[in-house]
Amino acid sequence: MTILPPHHLDLAGHRRRNGVVPWVAYHGEDGRDRLIEAVAAADLRGRGGAGFPTAVKLRSARAPRSVVVANGCEGDPLSHKDAALLTLSPHLVLDGLQLAAHAVGAGEAVLCVHAGSPVLPSVFAALAERDDPVPVRVEEIPRRYVASEETALVHYLTSGDARPLGKSPRPDERGVRGRPTLVDNVETLAQLALVILLGPQHYLSARRDLVTVTGVVRRPGVVEVAPGAPLTAVLAAAGGETEPVQAVLVGGYGGTWTSDFRFGVSGIPAVYALPARACGLEYTAKVLAFLAAESARQCGPCMFGLPAIAADFAELLRGGPSTARLARRLPPLTGRGACAHPDGAARLAASALQVFGADLAAHSAGGRCRILERVA
Amino acid sequence: MKVTVDPIGCRAHGLCADLLPEAVRLDEWGYPVVASGPVPPGLVAEARRAVAACPALALRLRKD
Repeated sequence: MTILPPHHLDLAGHRRRNGVVPWVAYHGEDGRDRLIEAVAAADLRGRGGAGFPTAVKLRSARAPRSVVVANGCEGDPLSHKDAALLTLSPHLVLDGLQLAAHAVGAGEAVLCVHAGSPVLPSVFAALAERDDPVPVRVEEIPRRYVASEETALVHYLTSGDARPLGKSPRPDERGVRGRPTLVDNVETLAQLALVILLGPQHYLSARRDLVTVTGVVRRPGVVEVAPGAPLTAVLAAAGGETEPVQAVLVGGYGGTWTSDFRFGVSGIPAVYALPARACGLEYTAKVLAFLAAESARQCGPCMFGLPAIAADFAELLRGGPSTARLARRLPPLTGRGACAHPDGAARLAASALQVFGADLAAHSAGGRCRILERVA
Repeated sequence: MKVTVDPIGCRAHGLCADLLPEAVRLDEWGYPVVASGPVPPGLVAEARRAVAACPALALRLRKD
């Protein structure tokens, strides 16, 4: 099984390739139960990065006149898998969106993408071909990193303010305009459609995850790998390394650096292979500066902590003694924001200090990099 | 009972750390870092006072 077709599929092409949703098997209240049971049997987990069991989410959002939101925003600059899916196989996502809407009893479905996203023509063309029981509205979300965080999407759809809302109430309790709301990543919905189209048993044996692979690989792009595949297999799926790799950033900008390529990846949207000739600290400092600038500026630890650790990394590059300060600053950034944005930045920074010991030593010895060549 | 902070509401006034230093310290920017464990029974009345005193109504006491 492959999820992504080689070219954009229209409705007829999608039906030929993936089949037709067997709606008659999921009719009525019993059918909703069977649908959620099939998702549970397939052990489907959220593909937005958090990896939460989808069946649990479906059960808790099940309420009269609830809302289903498909999150296709993909704010992480290292991830393109959702865009690939919406460009090549939009009907698979829309089948999944209809199935999720049916499972929770939603009367309203919203597909969110970033404003001006290149996937819009493919999405609108697909919607024009369909006659769905639950109408799908497309919303264009501001192009900011945290604007596509789950509660930020709900906040935007309710009030026009795309900033995270905090940890309670959860969207499944009180979401869009106060209604119970299911927010799922578009790949999660496509996977849900495959669970139903293939049946949970066949799905379990054939399932593949979409991962965006960038950096020094032969064919950078979106690949399909078995869940839990080691990094070596993920890099091989993208054609393998073009030169020696120092470390891999697993999970996008808020991810973790590792130099252990046997590391199994599951639920990871993106990996980036950093060449041995590049400085890991320099790359991390750039990412931290980006993440600091993308704070929604609502929570103190994020608003002040992220610029502080970005400045600490800039100081490390100049040979300054900021490692002790970072060791003190990083732990209290976790778990104290309205969303996980500061947690991701702290995780990235902490893993960089662990993995790039050689770069750290070179910078602190002479205030300059052991590497002379600059790699963007 | 557990002390929690609404991170969006908090404006770093810092009264919580003054009134409940056993469970709240301030980070370098003046924002509260609360103890993860439950509030000891002897401190619950003090914790309620701290919650009532927060000018931003961002400090909470929750049953855990």
